[in-house]
Amino acid sequence: MKKVVVIGNGMVGYKFCEKLRKQADQSHYSITVFGEEPRLAYDRVHLSEYFLNQNVDALTLAPHQWYASNHIDLHKGELVAHIDRNQKTVTTHRGLQVPYDTLIMATGSSPFIPSIPGTDKKGVFVYRTIEDLDAIIAYGQKVKSVAVLGGGLLGLEAAKAMLDMGLETHVVEFASRLMPRQLDDSGAAILQAKIEELGIRVHLLKNTQAITGNGKLDALHFADDTKLPVDMLVISAGIRPRDELARECQLSTGARGGIVVNDHMQTSDPDIYAIGEVALHREMIYGLVAPGYDMAEAAVQHILGNADKLFQGNDMSTKLKLIGIDVASFGDAFCTDQPHLPILYTDHKKGIYKRVNLTKDGKKLLGGMLVGDAEAYNILLQTMQNGLALPPDPEDLVLGARGGESQGMGVECLPEEAQICSCENVSKGAICQAIQDKGLNSVKEVKACTKAGTGCGGCMPMVTDLFHHTLQSMGKRVRKTLCEHFDYTRQELLDLVKVEDIKSYEALLDRHGKGDGCEICKPAVASILASLWNELITAQDTIQDTNDRYLANIQKGGTYSVVPRVAGGEITPDKLIVIGQVAKKYNLYTKITGGQRIDLFGAHLHELPDIWEELVAAGFESGHAYGKALRTVKSCVGSSWCRYGLHDSVSFAIEIENRYKGLRAPHKLKSAVSGCIRECAEAQSKDFGIIATEKGWNLYVGGNGGAKPQHAQLLAQDVDKETCIRYIDRFLMFYIKTAEPLTRTATWLNKLEGGLAYLRDVVVNDCLGIGEQLELEMQQTLAVYSCEWKEVVNNPTLRARFKHFVNGEEPDPTVQFETVREQKVPVGWGK
Amino acid sequence: MIDIADYKTVAEQSVTTWFKAAPVSAFPANGGACVLYKGKQIAVFNFTRRNEWYACQNLCPHKMQMILSRGMIGSEQGVPKVACPFHKRTFSLQTGACLNGDECAIATYPVKVEEGYVYIGFEE
Repeated sequence: MKKVVVIGNGMVGYKFCEKLRKQADQSHYSITVFGEEPRLAYDRVHLSEYFLNQNVDALTLAPHQWYASNHIDLHKGELVAHIDRNQKTVTTHRGLQVPYDTLIMATGSSPFIPSIPGTDKKGVFVYRTIEDLDAIIAYGQKVKSVAVLGGGLLGLEAAKAMLDMGLETHVVEFASRLMPRQLDDSGAAILQAKIEELGIRVHLLKNTQAITGNGKLDALHFADDTKLPVDMLVISAGIRPRDELARECQLSTGARGGIVVNDHMQTSDPDIYAIGEVALHREMIYGLVAPGYDMAEAAVQHILGNADKLFQGNDMSTKLKLIGIDVASFGDAFCTDQPHLPILYTDHKKGIYKRVNLTKDGKKLLGGMLVGDAEAYNILLQTMQNGLALPPDPEDLVLGARGGESQGMGVECLPEEAQICSCENVSKGAICQAIQDKGLNSVKEVKACTKAGTGCGGCMPMVTDLFHHTLQSMGKRVRKTLCEHFDYTRQELLDLVKVEDIKSYEALLDRHGKGDGCEICKPAVASILASLWNELITAQDTIQDTNDRYLANIQKGGTYSVVPRVAGGEITPDKLIVIGQVAKKYNLYTKITGGQRIDLFGAHLHELPDIWEELVAAGFESGHAYGKALRTVKSCVGSSWCRYGLHDSVSFAIEIENRYKGLRAPHKLKSAVSGCIRECAEAQSKDFGIIATEKGWNLYVGGNGGAKPQHAQLLAQDVDKETCIRYIDRFLMFYIKTAEPLTRTATWLNKLEGGLAYLRDVVVNDCLGIGEQLELEMQQTLAVYSCEWKEVVNNPTLRARFKHFVNGEEPDPTVQFETVREQKVPVGWGK
Repeated sequence: MIDIADYKTVAEQSVTTWFKAAPVSAFPANGGACVLYKGKQIAVFNFTRRNEWYACQNLCPHKMQMILSRGMIGSEQGVPKVACPFHKRTFSLQTGACLNGDECAIATYPVKVEEGYVYIGFEE
């Protein structure tokens, strides 16, 4: 057995292990990996996402089990300190000595720290590892302003993260433009304008001479005698290859760093390979992941005795979303050294810049750059890489075809050998063949089977297009079946339930499903049954998610929160007092919600019926905050109080909320009514929102807050109340009948073929002739509404379900609270 | 207060105590309830669809929450499982193994039903 030792457990080191294990028998090679970081290999490309959720797991490339099941001996937090090339051993800082036959150096790079006095001051950080980010997050809590040194890719990513932390953010760049390596002056100017719009301040042509401060930094001083006072500095001024081990054992290295390698990735010692950011190949250091993966492939092939696969350099084409702005650069973006014909398009209004460089004869594409709109990147890159003929009017490449037939530059035009995924080097032919031969049924399966799209993910739009294309060419329809227990889409199941008058989950599973169900199909079917029949969901409580099962929202620690309905956000002082009294009696944490209601937190399971008994007695009903159901209809005070109000938005909101209360849907439903165009109720961020106009009401649909905010779109203009309600009936019922499970109206509308125009045709113009039927179905569903909590409070059998122990009356003794600002909150997650 | 080490899988043949927990009727069909035994919390599932009973620790190892008895049950490729209500980690009710993540396995316990009562097996 040959002993392979890998130094470095970053993305490229990991990829090498994965490729070697996949392509060679385990019994032929043992693999030992040393990584100095204290954790498993993680995705550094998406490091900035860590700022959003601090979730290391989401970035981890493979779990411990992967290393175990592939028989890879992983040493985390262990630094290789010495290589003995004569004895062929490596020695770690802990003194562990391991022999090798083949050594892989995937030591990566470290951030380059320019030699400016003061970089050692408190408050100066680099941006490379999860530990760096943890330190930045901790320090960032305590300060107001930050500068990022370096206006390149990583610097701008860091700046965005700093801005998201709420800091006053500056970017300091030595060159005369941002991203000088990828963009020309015009492109960089567009990018800068967009970045400044967000509130990031950009300082160009700044040569930083000193970082001052007493202990911790207080300002940057520049060569032009200006200074920038800041509390924190993140240095992102480029990378330096980690070649110190190689130097120590006298491998050949470059004058400016990097281990010299040949096309097989061999160093000056044929038994030692270098891959990734540490490798110096033909005078180039590659700081991107895709070339790193290609290097890993070349090294694996050579180790396996296949000398044909060479690494012959890689262009630095890249596309990314920087600060929410698409930026891409491909091929020869500048063409400084070759004759070419550029086509430029600049739109200062929308912030778009596109440049493509053609050969002198105008027949082939050499490269280019895109700012603000990079949708064409993949296809431009393919056109360039495959030398495809350009359309007769090459300006269509940047402008799109204007009028007439489009010039068909979709995935179907690409040759079989076109490389779709550059990270994993997967061709179009390989993807299509896998879909056909292996009968792949989803994009997820294509990813898992071919590995395409598993690296940077930039090719996913093309992979998805290819998937749909290939299925279509095979005459297949794309169906999203629910789960392994039902070979039907949600819409098909809804039709079955309706046509066959099925009233229970078990009956549906018996008749049309297989197996025992699961946590996906149970609540999905529960939602269908509720939407169609609106029977009390307590009748089938164990197919409900815990919130619907116990009619309350589960919170950290296992207690629940309670939200009584406060229609339109209007509440009397007496009712407010009742809420206060109940909260006091049961010692509940209270908070005003975003939907103009009051949330009472920290109720034990057994207390819920008692709490609701008091609330019901005072005239409250369930707010369905726990359900995929109508939540709230927010309102502004409207014409009754407001000097600008056109109509009575409060009354309309209350009417709407009471009309649809208890209505269950594929996902939660939020609404709002504003009394004038000032839109204080924020109706355009709701699933359906209504805004008063001089002549009546405007109805907007498909809005969303949340992770991907989206404005609602105008469905009908200046309609009267009755018409507005009719349209909402139709819209909601159409959504309920056709949406996938757990899909909000915004996502549903985005996916709906024909989009808003089609929806308007169905709802307003009644093009399908189902308008009246949808209204009727809505009326039937609404007619049988009753308050679930009232039912439970008055039913001893149902009440008895609300306890933690089946063999005891005590609450869960493990629930613990602490006090914050005079109220109780649960202690943190257990460890 | 919560110690995951308190929960260890008990094999049917090593049961020394059969704890009489509650009548069958106290457990909802195709659902679970929590049983307290000497400070331990055990989730017991009445899997009527399969005509089977299962028991496991009530503690979800992901975020250390006493919650699994309130989870939905079902099957994956025929293996009976429970899904934690908090973040939908699923665990095999037969082996306790986590089926969709890297959490450690949960402890499982033998269950028997005699004369309308549910018994859980412990080893101590």
